[in-house]
Amino acid sequence: MSEAKSLRVAYGEALVELGAANERVVVLDADLAHATMTSLFQAKYPDRFYNFGLAEANMMCAAAGFAHSGLLPFASTFALFGTGRAYEQIRNSVAYVNANVKFGLSHSGLSVGEDGGSHQSVEDIALMRVVPNMTIFVPCDPVETRKAVFAAAEIDGPVYIRVARPVVETITAPDTPFVPGRIVLLREGSDVCILATGLMVKEALKASDALAREGIRAAVADVHTIKPFDSEFVLAAAEKYGRLLTVEEHSVIGGLGSAVAETLAGASAAKFRRLGIRDKFGYSGKPADLFEAFGLTPGHIASECKALVG
Amino acid sequence: MGHDSLDATATRLRRDILKMLYLCQSGHPGGSLSCVEILEGLYYRTMRVDPARPAWEDRDRLVLSKGHACPALYAVLADLGFFPREDLWRLRQVDSHLQGHPDMTKTPGVDVNTGSLGQGLSVAVGLALAAKHKRKDYRVYAVVGDGEVQEGMIWEAAMAASHYKLDNLVVLLDHNGLQIDGPNEEVMGLGDIVAKFSAFGFDCEEVDGHDAEAVAAAAGRRAEGRPRFIRCRTVKGKGVSFMEGAAGWHGKPMNAQEYETAMKELGGGQDV
Ligand SMILES: Cc1ncc(C[n+]2csc(CCOP(=O)(O)OP(=O)(O)O)c2C)c(N)n1
Ligand SMILES: [Mg+2]
Repeated sequence: MSEAKSLRVAYGEALVELGAANERVVVLDADLAHATMTSLFQAKYPDRFYNFGLAEANMMCAAAGFAHSGLLPFASTFALFGTGRAYEQIRNSVAYVNANVKFGLSHSGLSVGEDGGSHQSVEDIALMRVVPNMTIFVPCDPVETRKAVFAAAEIDGPVYIRVARPVVETITAPDTPFVPGRIVLLREGSDVCILATGLMVKEALKASDALAREGIRAAVADVHTIKPFDSEFVLAAAEKYGRLLTVEEHSVIGGLGSAVAETLAGASAAKFRRLGIRDKFGYSGKPADLFEAFGLTPGHIASECKALVG
Repeated sequence: MGHDSLDATATRLRRDILKMLYLCQSGHPGGSLSCVEILEGLYYRTMRVDPARPAWEDRDRLVLSKGHACPALYAVLADLGFFPREDLWRLRQVDSHLQGHPDMTKTPGVDVNTGSLGQGLSVAVGLALAAKHKRKDYRVYAVVGDGEVQEGMIWEAAMAASHYKLDNLVVLLDHNGLQIDGPNEEVMGLGDIVAKFSAFGFDCEEVDGHDAEAVAAAAGRRAEGRPRFIRCRTVKGKGVSFMEGAAGWHGKPMNAQEYETAMKELGGGQDV
């Protein structure tokens, strides 16, 4: 549809825009400003940018210090090193005291590609989901990334924004609603509802197109907020469609698939399947090759839908 | 191995590194080129390894703690015969054993997984401590980056290395002065890094990191009851004029023109 852009560029641009409107915004990075694109903010507001070097744990606790002083820190590094290396710092210094710290962490998921398993965070959503007070946004396109940044600034408490690396086409519109904790139905259907998050939203729409040619009408819902989770929407969809499929570029343990399973357990008899990474680490390869190998293409999504419908 | 001079070997290794990186259109040229002579000095002069027995219990261990520089390690391992040189050209492909960061479960000759910076030195401490525990005389060499030493873990490892008197551990710093966001001193100043390791109890030395013989000699020395720290003065992107000292070449793919120029500077011919 409209402009294609890397989500990390959209993130960096949104920070610049937010920084213009709100002087309390400070941006922290750990020697990855040129990868997370906080370098855009650094160029515009050098005196509100702090590089901590290769020291993610230090950066997260320092972010808490900024928040305790009335500032609005956005801390960035790669998703794995933020949620992983600095997990306990986030847990204790930030979330435990509901410190007002935002984490825009980039290079999430398998789509990091060639860097390999050591850099592919397939568990970051799970790690952040079990932490009380945490809000988790997983934007699907550049427009939604911008909205996530502005919404995060309005929330009092820690917010994790998962920012994928690839260039993606814009699939939502500026006026598509973005209410934290509210799933958005992007396409109506009748036979099955695909609940997708992040980069998988676009793949789900493609799968829905392909299914339509075979007479199967698959609804597509964009789950941009993983926490707090919109169980109301999920239960209503279970009732309405009777068949649900979750799709995520993340482990099926602890992410979107788990959130839906927890919602449905004991409350609905809808047929339900999960697509995601099945308790494995990733490895090096082009993102497209990895999506193929891990079963995250429109083709895989369509066959799961058929299995549910058939 | 050993059939030509170390200088000629270094050039050959650099050519292999560039070819690997050009073919996969990703990866890290700057930090790979800066540690060529460090790895060369270790593998061709100092270390006791046997390409036919990568898992030999008594071998010396190498931990490339700055794991993103693994193209340099892979070039060395292939040159020594740990695996076929042709494998290099599949670096970072979906079915290759050569991962974007070193993987001991996939690549013969890789002793420790790295890539998440700061962790390798702690694993090296464990290897060295285990050698003492098992009364083995193998030695452990860890190559760290100058951005990497900003990680707090490095200093936890340094304290432990000294506390446990790990005189079988040698830490080599690839001091190229640059990290991703620019010069170390702008991003997060290291101060007097030799004085710091010295204060942590290390026996310290400084060498020209592009003189493989000097690196080998320094790495071979021992200090009774103390770990060693060698500051290797290097140039990021060494050997390719437009990459030398340029932070922008930390992790950028070469286009065809750049590749051709680079290969020309390293002796001509493209070998693709
Ligand atoms: C824990 C961690 N944080 C961040 C990164 C991303 N990263 C890869 S290389 C690099 C810069 C490393 O600089 P330096 O140690 O100086 O390496 P060199 O100059 O030798 O390439 C960074 C920040 C990482 N790999 N691991
Ligand atoms: Mg460096």
